[in-house]
Amino acid sequence: MSEEREVLLSVRNMDVCFGKKKKLFKAVNNVSFDIYKGETFGLVGESGSGKTTIGRAIIRINPTTSGDVIFKGKKINGKISKELDRQVTREIQMIFQDPMASLNERAKVDYIVSEGLFSGERIPEAERKAKVAKALAEVGLLPEFASRFPHEFSGGQRQRIGVARALIMQPDFIIADEPISALDVSIRAQVLNLLSVLQKERGLTYLFISHDLSVMRFICDRIAVIHKGVLVELAETEKLFAHPLHPYTRALLSAIPLPDPAREKNKVLEVYDPTQHDYSVDKPQWVEIEPGHMVWGNEAELKKYREIVSK
Amino acid sequence: MQDRETVLSVRDLNVKFSLRGRTLHAIRDVSLDLYKGESLAIVGESGSGKSVFVKTFMGLLDANGWIDSGEIVYKGHDLTKYNTERQWLSVRGKEIAMVLQDPMTSLNPLKTIGAQILEAIELHQGLTGEAAHKEMISTLVDVGITEPERRARQYPHEFSGGMRQRVVIAIAVACRPKILICDEPTTALDVTIQAQILRLIRSLKEKYELTTVYITHDLGVVANVADRIAVMYAGDIVEIGLCEEVFYQPKHPYTWALLSSLPQLGIKGEPLYSIHGTPPNLFNEVKGDAFAPRNPRALKIDFVKRPPYFEVSPTHKARTWLLDPRAPKIDPPEAVQKLSTEGVLGYE
Repeated sequence: MSEEREVLLSVRNMDVCFGKKKKLFKAVNNVSFDIYKGETFGLVGESGSGKTTIGRAIIRINPTTSGDVIFKGKKINGKISKELDRQVTREIQMIFQDPMASLNERAKVDYIVSEGLFSGERIPEAERKAKVAKALAEVGLLPEFASRFPHEFSGGQRQRIGVARALIMQPDFIIADEPISALDVSIRAQVLNLLSVLQKERGLTYLFISHDLSVMRFICDRIAVIHKGVLVELAETEKLFAHPLHPYTRALLSAIPLPDPAREKNKVLEVYDPTQHDYSVDKPQWVEIEPGHMVWGNEAELKKYREIVSK
Repeated sequence: MQDRETVLSVRDLNVKFSLRGRTLHAIRDVSLDLYKGESLAIVGESGSGKSVFVKTFMGLLDANGWIDSGEIVYKGHDLTKYNTERQWLSVRGKEIAMVLQDPMTSLNPLKTIGAQILEAIELHQGLTGEAAHKEMISTLVDVGITEPERRARQYPHEFSGGMRQRVVIAIAVACRPKILICDEPTTALDVTIQAQILRLIRSLKEKYELTTVYITHDLGVVANVADRIAVMYAGDIVEIGLCEEVFYQPKHPYTWALLSSLPQLGIKGEPLYSIHGTPPNLFNEVKGDAFAPRNPRALKIDFVKRPPYFEVSPTHKARTWLLDPRAPKIDPPEAVQKLSTEGVLGYE
């Protein structure tokens, strides 16, 4: 099925480096993946793995060192025309982790939500107000909230304001960077439901960045696992959970805390040891091991994975 | 269970805070017995009072808070009567030690790891010189730090998050406490590290015969570590029971709601159960069952009278009118039933 689907965003051999010369640090290393229109694509990894950097590179906050980012058939990384830049700014939006830190505490909700509109052509004040009211309504907030400040809201409501701010631009693609990690269990559910309703109504595509695999399993169609800047595995969600191939994926899956004492107390923890890979001669590659299932490994490892897959 | 030795006993505790001329009732008539050698998990959302509750055991309430009534009995002494730092110093660390959420803020960035552990050893175990140093090294080995001699001379910034948390745990156990309180010990850590730290705490608990109290909002962590679970809501323990009882036969509507909103129990493509509204404002007096306004199936009496505890089993009790023999029979939500019959989806 994956062959016929329309690709919205394609990342090809992307590198992102920080620092210069001696202190050069490759945060993202030769990463390639496609995101299809209308799906929720998950990017999972631990802190420092480069998952956020990938999101930021797509939205042009961090410059890429090499490789291509292709959005709707156009290359959007590196030097691009002003016009395209404006289009990307409008069509790709981001939702951040901590709703306390990502909202301007000195500004009223009205301004916070509509700030993006000021970047394009001027629109009449009445139209702007109407758009704010509509965006707030869509995320389940009352229109009178527009005249309040962020501190007057609870965590869940603040995160909704963050979502409204993204929606008002009428984006096609939303990068959600740990959107629910800072929220309480009961509020998480509200925000997750909101994101999925919006996706259905508007046909949005999400890149969902998180470290929490149990949440990702619930909302993502496909998941890519990243470790130290390298994508190690990519598959449809249930396939990844059923047949994880790369040892890092297995370790990550085995470590998820399960809210079920019978399972949790008897679980076997797999520990990932990066020294098990011998990449000195036989260099690793990013290979499609079965349709839709990508994995990072060298010839010897791939041979082993193929045996597992064929079973 | 009855014949188990109680190490700490809290009776009808009320804690209040004064904020901008108003009084906030943070802990409302909470009683709890902590048994020797057990592992108790206190679960609740932010603002439920779980951290405040355990802080009272160590006299660590903020300056604007006070214990309004009730008692906390430890080894025959009522801790609520303690009012000098000197008295508290005989309890803090020595008897009850704490591991906090963020290891970066609980370590001194200007002192070496070794010096910080030595300080605890000299103060609480009365060792000095060579003996203290030896003890420090063996503690580092206990918490799984390799090359202890070299690592002891390093500063906190040279350690990763997980390693720092190991150091914090080393300092806590170096005091040789009877009770170890872990306040969100793994929230700031990655999942793979989290699992290792939890395993470490469990092994130290066996080795030093500790009683452990975990405070967390992560039900996955709770399932891993707890013998018993206390569920807190709006400054009150609404349900308490053995780990299996609370997960598989929960009785309080709040526990139901908490379990139902777990993504692990959701069905893909369908909305996840979510709790409406917000927790009650504890500046105002709470009438009846604090959870009633958010409970779509609340009974009339829930809004009027605060429920007492009803015993479900000798180890399990809950504060809900649903357990009253006169109450209508209401089944727990589907997701909760699913948890007890099928369990959550694991991997493989």
